[in-house]
Amino acid sequence: MSNLLQVGMADLKAVRTPDRLMTAGLGSCIGICLLDRIAKVGGMAHIMLPSSQQARSNQNRAKFADTAVEDLIVEMERMGASPKRLTAKIAGGSQMFNIGSSEIMKIGERNARAVVEVLGQKGIRILAQDTGGNYGRTIIFDSDTGELLIRTIGQGERII
Amino acid sequence: MIEDFRDLSGIQLDALKEIGNIGAGNAATALAVMTQDRIDMSVPQVGIMPFDKVAELVGGPDIPVVGVYFQVTGSANSNILFILSIEKAVLLAELLMGLPPSHGNSLGDMEMSAVAEAGNIISGTYLNALAMFTQMTLIPSVPAVGVDMAGALLDGVLARYGEIGDYVLVLENMFKKGDLDVIGHLFLIPEPGALDSILTALGVNY
Repeated sequence: MSNLLQVGMADLKAVRTPDRLMTAGLGSCIGICLLDRIAKVGGMAHIMLPSSQQARSNQNRAKFADTAVEDLIVEMERMGASPKRLTAKIAGGSQMFNIGSSEIMKIGERNARAVVEVLGQKGIRILAQDTGGNYGRTIIFDSDTGELLIRTIGQGERII
Repeated sequence: MIEDFRDLSGIQLDALKEIGNIGAGNAATALAVMTQDRIDMSVPQVGIMPFDKVAELVGGPDIPVVGVYFQVTGSANSNILFILSIEKAVLLAELLMGLPPSHGNSLGDMEMSAVAEAGNIISGTYLNALAMFTQMTLIPSVPAVGVDMAGALLDGVLARYGEIGDYVLVLENMFKKGDLDVIGHLFLIPEPGALDSILTALGVNY
């Protein structure tokens, strides 16, 4: 029996195979899914912002791409995962409303860039990504198969 | 400056609620004139809530909704989101266009445009009332309409507050047609610096 665990906004969780992780309604936010197939440990983070560096409030580390990835790795290591074996799949980072060209509204794009950069720094290979666009995503990550199911409204369903 | 919304006093929250009351009262009247029907509004709610609770107010982060978004600039930069279910958006569009209710749940270009216009009028009257009351200049952007998951429509707006804190101040109004029909939720989300301007204008910045 596999459980389905909810990951909230600015939240992260690690599970053992075959549990699944879900986060709903990703817009500009990004769902980062990590997996160690050997240790059978999976994890998901739902980040809102690219970097904790400029933020005035950075106590909630799961909110930012950089600190969320660090903490998720630690959490997964605690369950027996090895950072060297981790692979990643990511989804989200869209721009829901198109008002002018203000940088603030392009937060989704900035999030996606930051996540790719942080994972690169940690030496974690990105197996698949589904980012950008102007629509929301609900994602379910299967820690057994490593499949990431992406649900949308009007853009169908896909597995990456 | 108010850094943490949880520092707001009871008097300040009441003053903000009163703004919601005045703004929404005017907006409800405008909506009633447009639809030639009776529109009621709920007592406004002022909430200081963690980010992921905002989507819960409209049914949950993956509920499909229609959102009309405005950036407000001027004396107090804010964000306005008018969120309604797809069925209610179709109903509102039909009321505005003088069509009988079809109970449909898909929005064509005409309906989207009608909903954007309703959002425009609602947020415009809301802001006008607020501006009159506070002597502030508040200028809404053109409306941006999106049909998608509630969480997805909200998170880009909420992310702007993430740099400063984990909570957001939400002024929420519900418009009703008849006894039960909830037409939509109007969220006014002032930016943190803007909150001080509003409180000063209301004379409760202490």
